[in-house]
Amino acid sequence: MSMMRIPKVIDSINFTLMSPDDIRKMSVTKIITADTYDEDGYPIDRGLMDSRLGVVDPGLRCRTCGGRPGECPGHFGHVELARPVIHVGYVDTIYSCLRATCRNKNCGRILLSPQKLEEFRKRVEELRRSGGKWWEISDQVIRSAITVEKCPHCGEKQFKIKFEKPTTFVEGKNRLTPSDVRERLENIKDDDALLLGIDPRVARPEWMVLTVLPVPPVTVRPSIILESGVRSEDDLTHKLVDIIRINQRLAENIEAGAPHLIVEDLWELLQYHVTTYFDNGVSGVPPARHRSGRVLRTLAQRLRGKEGRFRGNLSGKRVDFSARTVVSPDPNISINEIGFPEHVARTLTIPVRVTEYNIEELRNLIRRGPDIYPGANTVVSPDGKRYDLRYADREEIASKLEPGFLVERHLKDGDIVIFNRQPSLHRMSIMAHEVRVLPGRTFRLNLSVCPPYNADFDGDEMNVHVPQSEEAQAEARILMRVQEQILSPRFGGPIIGGIQDHITGAYLLTRRGRLLTKSQALQLLAHVGIFSELPKPAVKEKGVEYWTGKQIFSMLLPKGLNMTFKAKICENHTRCKKEECELDAYVVIRDGNLLHGVIDARSYKALDRCEILDRIVKDYGTTAAREFLDRVTKLSIAAAMMFGFTTGIDDEDIPPEAKERINEVIDEAKEKVNKLIDVYNAGELEPLPGRSLRETLEMRIMEVLAESRDSAGSIAEKYLGLDNHAVIMARTGARGSMLNLTQMAACVGQQSVRGERLNRGYRKRTLPHYRREDLGARARGFISSSYKDGLDPLEFFFHAMGGREGLVDTAVRTAQSGYMQRRLINALQDLRVEYDGTVRDDRGTIVQFVYGEDGVDPARSDKGKAVQVEKIIERVIGGY
Amino acid sequence: MVGVSADTIKSEVGKLKGQVPDSIVHELQGSLLRVSKDRAITREQLGEIIESVKQAYINAIVEPGEAVGTVAAQSIGEPGTQMTLRTFHYAGVAELNVTLGLPRIIEIIDARKMPSAPLMKIHLKEKFAKSKEKAKEFAQKIELTTVEDVSLQTEVDLINTVFVVTLNRPVMQRRGLTPTKVASAIKEALKIDVHVDGYKLRMKPTTVSLSELRKLASKVRSLTLRGLKGITRVLVKMEDNEYVVYTEGSNLSGVITMPEVDPTRTVTNNIHEIEKVLGIEAARNAIINEAVKTLEEQGLEVDLRHIMLVADMMTASGEVMQVGRHGVSGEKASVLARASFEITTKHLLDACIHGERDRLDGIIENVIAGQPIPLGTGSVELVMGREEKSGAK
Repeated sequence: MSMMRIPKVIDSINFTLMSPDDIRKMSVTKIITADTYDEDGYPIDRGLMDSRLGVVDPGLRCRTCGGRPGECPGHFGHVELARPVIHVGYVDTIYSCLRATCRNKNCGRILLSPQKLEEFRKRVEELRRSGGKWWEISDQVIRSAITVEKCPHCGEKQFKIKFEKPTTFVEGKNRLTPSDVRERLENIKDDDALLLGIDPRVARPEWMVLTVLPVPPVTVRPSIILESGVRSEDDLTHKLVDIIRINQRLAENIEAGAPHLIVEDLWELLQYHVTTYFDNGVSGVPPARHRSGRVLRTLAQRLRGKEGRFRGNLSGKRVDFSARTVVSPDPNISINEIGFPEHVARTLTIPVRVTEYNIEELRNLIRRGPDIYPGANTVVSPDGKRYDLRYADREEIASKLEPGFLVERHLKDGDIVIFNRQPSLHRMSIMAHEVRVLPGRTFRLNLSVCPPYNADFDGDEMNVHVPQSEEAQAEARILMRVQEQILSPRFGGPIIGGIQDHITGAYLLTRRGRLLTKSQALQLLAHVGIFSELPKPAVKEKGVEYWTGKQIFSMLLPKGLNMTFKAKICENHTRCKKEECELDAYVVIRDGNLLHGVIDARSYKALDRCEILDRIVKDYGTTAAREFLDRVTKLSIAAAMMFGFTTGIDDEDIPPEAKERINEVIDEAKEKVNKLIDVYNAGELEPLPGRSLRETLEMRIMEVLAESRDSAGSIAEKYLGLDNHAVIMARTGARGSMLNLTQMAACVGQQSVRGERLNRGYRKRTLPHYRREDLGARARGFISSSYKDGLDPLEFFFHAMGGREGLVDTAVRTAQSGYMQRRLINALQDLRVEYDGTVRDDRGTIVQFVYGEDGVDPARSDKGKAVQVEKIIERVIGGY
Repeated sequence: MVGVSADTIKSEVGKLKGQVPDSIVHELQGSLLRVSKDRAITREQLGEIIESVKQAYINAIVEPGEAVGTVAAQSIGEPGTQMTLRTFHYAGVAELNVTLGLPRIIEIIDARKMPSAPLMKIHLKEKFAKSKEKAKEFAQKIELTTVEDVSLQTEVDLINTVFVVTLNRPVMQRRGLTPTKVASAIKEALKIDVHVDGYKLRMKPTTVSLSELRKLASKVRSLTLRGLKGITRVLVKMEDNEYVVYTEGSNLSGVITMPEVDPTRTVTNNIHEIEKVLGIEAARNAIINEAVKTLEEQGLEVDLRHIMLVADMMTASGEVMQVGRHGVSGEKASVLARASFEITTKHLLDACIHGERDRLDGIIENVIAGQPIPLGTGSVELVMGREEKSGAK
């Protein structure tokens, strides 16, 4: 396994049906007994575990190829069936063939006139030449042929053939045995078979009725030895035992000239076993069970479904060189890095080819061995011999080492690894990080990369993969590194950026009136790792020099950056006062200097508009952006620590007079609701067009109550200013919303299930505490308390009702959207942009002549636009 | 300093045509002309701007080999978890039920024959759009009205073998119908006598028998008095200074042929109907518009190009195909790709009797075979051999 060479490239795979002769030819032995092992535990000759079929038990050798377990791939055997049986997978095809062809032994043609057949044949030939799906014609052939009652070729009258699930065919009153069926299929001519969708070059219709059954090698159905020493056979072996046993009895009975009835019964039983051997989930067939009552997992079950061979083993494979552990945050490492536990770094390795340039270094690693960190685990000599450094004489190997050897050394700082968190919903769920070996047992990641992974630290685990070849490492570093993924291809904006405290910290720092002494300013910058000269102090008071927070922040911005935008806290006044804004929400950056405005979510929060970060990635490149992000997050956190930031329940305190006014508003609303109900009861409510009276009433009530909650909220808001930390978080977009605050401080509001006020529970009422038909606010789930005041028992119950719906909703949604994404991916994965700019699928069909009609990559676009014309003009001729 | 003239700007910018998309050329020209009114643009600046625009466009072009399909699928699938599940109302019109969020997106990519909440927005021609009365009149004309809709009660009188319909006066008035009008409609359609008695209509079947009476009753109840098939409710709304008709239920072919209707702006959310009436290109645009509308309503930002690609894939064969087993995925060329998606065994068995060949051109097949996939860096087929390089003369 020296350098993972792919020995052969598969160019294409042909699918064909096996003829009985093919099966016999492939077989290494005929299986005649249902027994597996003799008393000594050796495989019985011509039994199901015959050692010519391959070996799985250690110590034995395959009698066909001489290979040991692991070397011998296994070989097929076969069983001669005493009577033919129908292959379940093909019953539908067999049924169509029977009905579409003449029952006369000497005819067997498709029941269509020669002219029509010729016509169809032409179409089929044409499709075959062009590589189309020629077999789709067969549907039409069959559909028109089954209605014919007299054969146009020989004049034979045709009978209705009925298909009885699972594998029986009845013609008129006579049951067709599989032998009869096979005989009829044999009579179908090659030319006709083609029209029935069967390619005679690879499949004859009669092969769909089995006379010989292949027996898969033991490697396909290995037996396991339980702790007690008892052998436990694979489900397939069990099924094969059944088949062989019944087959034998059938043969004996036929030989002995047993009554027809008994033979028929056994034949049917054989059919059952062969059917369930292929597919143990056919409708109409009771599934074959293990002695314990467990349903057997036979051939079709092995392939099918999420854990089946295709989706479970072929499309998704288990891999080496991977690790998984809990993740935790580390604000001090770069977004490009991953904090790596030493233990993991010692276990995962990278193969390094020995050259004259690195030989000394590698010798050192070998001497340190697998247990002392940075060391090496194995050495491979040029002749392919592996030395495990746990056991080998390391000193000797180190001295023997010369160019051409391969050393599998421990991971070290700067190595590239691939990091992933499931569910991998988009490509940013798998990114490349640089290793940074740290003490501890968890993977550490920078907080800014939480959004793309959708990670938090409440116990999340993540996976690491180590690319082994130089090509893979180079690809990972150039294409997959975190800094290359800052812009999401979904919308062309940053998906990696500041979160939570990064935003509040920056806001606190750049707030108007924030002045820093020299030591404060230097402390902040030291945190970031900037040790250059400070700019000129902005203020000098009583001989003390002060710097503004904006000045410090500006030190992180690249020179030449010009921007103007509105911050998140902007209240969208009809007349913008621009630089004179009271909230300082008008951000102006000139030549990398923050002149006006505060920094908040709008500037660099992940998934938000992210103006500054966006600009830096696009104009200064990903390295500059990474540097900016690493620094700005550190600065913000340092600022938050310096000025202090915390939030608690008292942030939602509002004065008694506010509480009073809120209660007034809510009482008013309740009164309004009652009035509406009175009007409704009096039959005087004017219905909205197209709505019933009741619906109208509900809508009006909801409107009134929603309005009251909003006004309660705005009352509370007036008492919660921008010096309140909870408000700072909400307004700057760091965390939470004003609605959350309103609910905590003023009023929780209407609870709903399926978009309506609560109405279920008892007959015509939600709870027995209310009268029937009570449509009042309270009785239908309006919560007038705030979270802080606490909910009374009834309100609490209503809240739980609404909350439960939310939980169910989330659970259902994840399942639905997961399946949708699987389908989308499956439908679109073969599309790619070709060198000519077209988008084509795997057969070369053009789906788009120019990708997205303008050929622009959304990840490189500016919010979907290829070129920001305005910004270019602004940059060239200066702000206008 | 004097800046360049408007004509120079036009001619200079015009040279970009063919090198960058027309939309950018237009935008650039517009912006430059606007700016040049207040400030002078020197020739050098103009050149620099044009050069920058060209460079910016070149920088933004997709790389060959880019897995645009997967990226598009992820970009639409990933926000799926953030969408609401609830199927309920409004998109500006509180009175109508509209399917929104995830269920609607699934409906679109499933290419359902009929959306769960079919809906039309009908724009009227100038004459009708300005007058509320005329718009209302039109709305009434298209709303499907059956006898049952306007009746208070219908009863089968077994003694006299008469079917009695009691009409609902307020509803009748609101819809501008009279009992005689209803009676004559019944007369004409079923060729029977109708006795009008105030708001009561009595009618007898031609042959007197219980089963005939019942048959008649059901026929009369579901008799269409006027309106278009499928349009169950109409609403007239003032929108952008004109009256627009919203309908629940959809009948595009019926509506756009009506003389009052402006067919260029009238839309339905039933994609199959659009395909049938206006063709595949229209269906493709309908898929894009519907998907964009749904995503926008949810406040999710997804680049238009991803949605376009999905729509193009769904319509590339000339008819609207579902994203899934009965459509795009089921029509794949590769046996292994189909088998690894759904209904594994059937695809394998069928492939055998058809004698199919899997050429391993797709992604999944190569993953299965454990080979490099033909995407991105794996799509490079031409590689310079090491020998040639070292042997260069």
